[in-house]
Amino acid sequence: MAEQTDNGKKAPSKDPEKERRKIKSVAKMKEIMTTYYIEAKTAKDNGKKVAWITSGGPVEFLIAMDVIPVYPENHGAMIGASKMGVDLCEKAEEMGYSRDLCSYARSDIACSVVNGGPIGGLPEPDFLVCCNNICGTVLKWYEVAARYYNVPLFILDTPFIHTTFSEGAKKYVIAQTYEYIAFLEKQCGKKLDYDRMHEVSRLAVEGLRHWQAVLDTAAHKPAPMTAFDAFFHLALIVTLRGTQVAVDYYKQLLDEMNQRIKDGIAMVPNEKYRLLWDNLPVWYRTKWLSDTFAAHDACLVGDTYTSAWSGVMDLIDEDNFIETGAVAYSSVYINVSLDMMLETLKKLIRKYDVDGLVMHSNRSCKPYSLGQYDLQKLVMKELNLPTLIIEADMVDARSFSESQIETRIDAFMETLKA
Amino acid sequence: MESLDKIKKIAIDPYEYARNLKQTAGKPVVGNFCSYTPEELIHAAGGVPFRLFGTKGDILMADAHLQSYCCSLVRGGLEDALKGNLQFLSGTVFPHTCDSIQRLSDIWRLNAGFDLHIDVVLPVKLDTASARAYMVDVLKGFRSDLEAALHVSLSDDTLRQSIRLYNRLRLLLGKIYEVRSTDPDVLSAQDLYYVIKASMVADREEFCDLLTSLLDTLARKVSNPTANKGKRIVLSGGICNHPDIYQALQESGAEVIWDDLCTGTRYFEGQIEETGDPLSAIADRYMSRVVCPAKHLSVTARGESLVRTVQTQQAAGVIFLFLKFCDPHAFDYPYLKKFLDDACIPSILLEVEEQLPSEAQLKTRFETFVDMI
Ligand code: SF4
Ligand code: SF4
Repeated sequence: MAEQTDNGKKAPSKDPEKERRKIKSVAKMKEIMTTYYIEAKTAKDNGKKVAWITSGGPVEFLIAMDVIPVYPENHGAMIGASKMGVDLCEKAEEMGYSRDLCSYARSDIACSVVNGGPIGGLPEPDFLVCCNNICGTVLKWYEVAARYYNVPLFILDTPFIHTTFSEGAKKYVIAQTYEYIAFLEKQCGKKLDYDRMHEVSRLAVEGLRHWQAVLDTAAHKPAPMTAFDAFFHLALIVTLRGTQVAVDYYKQLLDEMNQRIKDGIAMVPNEKYRLLWDNLPVWYRTKWLSDTFAAHDACLVGDTYTSAWSGVMDLIDEDNFIETGAVAYSSVYINVSLDMMLETLKKLIRKYDVDGLVMHSNRSCKPYSLGQYDLQKLVMKELNLPTLIIEADMVDARSFSESQIETRIDAFMETLKA
Repeated sequence: MESLDKIKKIAIDPYEYARNLKQTAGKPVVGNFCSYTPEELIHAAGGVPFRLFGTKGDILMADAHLQSYCCSLVRGGLEDALKGNLQFLSGTVFPHTCDSIQRLSDIWRLNAGFDLHIDVVLPVKLDTASARAYMVDVLKGFRSDLEAALHVSLSDDTLRQSIRLYNRLRLLLGKIYEVRSTDPDVLSAQDLYYVIKASMVADREEFCDLLTSLLDTLARKVSNPTANKGKRIVLSGGICNHPDIYQALQESGAEVIWDDLCTGTRYFEGQIEETGDPLSAIADRYMSRVVCPAKHLSVTARGESLVRTVQTQQAAGVIFLFLKFCDPHAFDYPYLKKFLDDACIPSILLEVEEQLPSEAQLKTRFETFVDMI
């Protein structure tokens, strides 16, 4: 989770302007997440099963089976945001994991062993569900967890889409969805209740719609929220997708955003330049980045990351979730080729009507970052849009050079202003 | 050894060899980066599968497309393509392996300018019936993509002939490895490296003949496996494109007698059934062959297999040889090392970047290791 963008240094007296700009729903969000993690950590006492699942995996089936889903990637984000990443990454390196590996994976693997991190480690899994629609890293990471905890691992293998998603691939992911159900039924010792599953699917789609609507409010000028806020509020669509709680929360958040638009509350005062962010956040520097851009009257209004979940919702038929969900999850933003990503990027650039694109070249995430240089060139060529590339890492602060990045941001903003 | 000289010539400058081959035989040369390339199909379609190993030169042009945190195989391959060093290729086939290769395929398709570009999106898991069915499906698609790209029609019979040829190639390579493992004096580790490298680029019919004659010569040279001077070690990792490493190893008293490399045993292990449906037969080899770390067979398959290899080969230790920034191998390292530790097999890790460490540095590291075992 990210810090808020607007909580400034603890000033002795509160600036009323700043107070007005704060998103009020944040408190509710924190409460939901705390409850969720307490429930997850006490699952065993309550006779509930815990499954670790990748962020792109079909969590809906777990919800329908009353299994508590736990997300190591969300955990990685929390570690990053609480600035505990370097310590844990170093710990993983001592264990033999190369510094060049994904820092979510490194910090989470280390956490399992030392029970460290912001919440004292994740609850142990009863089984693991790995969907490789985001990367090959999760496959290796979950293999590590499967050995460490000695628990069953289910892999949902979603073939990458370079040009087309073949009929064979479609058959394959649908077949695996049924295997997934059988796996869960075996682990839980009960049958899947298809009526419940239908209800969960409906809620998942509803949650996705509301989340997308929240993100869309930033198309308004000035934007009532920024990409940094989106990073923070994303957790529920990943973690509690398919629950009423997520639906209700995003409804509330949407209302608040609409009200802000009515009241003319902008997240960045004097918003003059609108920017789009690409890739995962730099979790330990969201506040600094947002302030640095805001100092130039620039606002990051949208991003490619937080819409990855809702980007494929139109492919889902909630009455046939089992078959359409599998195809939708195979089609997410980073499981497709660069040319397909470019199309999404262009849509976002138009939707948010941005003046520039900021790409985080994230050492941790090869599938997201390799190819960015080409995307950058294509965006400049086809849309004549200024772009900036920041070399960093999402969790491992050792790969973040503040002075260098500041200079680059300043220079980039100068060209925008010129 | 006339055959060995010919083989070395191919391995030392494969591009030169391919240019000649294309001119004289007029066969399309088809590039690839991975041991999961269904070469039998390319061969049956009249092409020569050509393994790419990265570049020998500096990386300049690829820098405009790939960040520095990407392995030298991917960066180097792109460099050669952009420089025009690979003009002899009709194009390239990209089996799905790691995240970096996956993106390289896109960048290649958008920038390298070859007509032929085929993605073979193989399954990542290799342990279920549905994955096998999908694999067969992918191979079917690959077959028609090849037919379209090379304007041929590919019959089951031709495909079976290619399978037989490749079975022969794999058998010969396996035998050469075996002979060498019995008596490493018959062929240096570096020469063995040239043999395997050439086997991945040469016209395979001719090459099988060269191998047959080489094997004859070697078999005759085998003397009583005397007490060998070097410590027997196994190399484990991805690709090795540095012949100097073998030299340094030998001079440090280590005798590489087997490997677990993409440019090694993973290329020739496992045979393909010569009867029945050829595509299913090809799939079955991939489903049962020693697994690469970018694929999933079980959570312990590679560890068990590595320990078994060391024991069967009566090796004294393992040297892990990875390309820097290679995720799949780096993720497996701690667990493989633990499997070896538990079996009391010493190991060291050498991460290779674009340039090798100096010879002196390499030797010091190897010597320290050899003394330890
Ligand atoms: S950050 Fe990238 S590499 Fe790491 S788990 Fe997420 S998608 Fe995979
Ligand atoms: S060496 Fe590793 S990272 Fe590079 S292409 Fe091979 S598997 Fe991928």
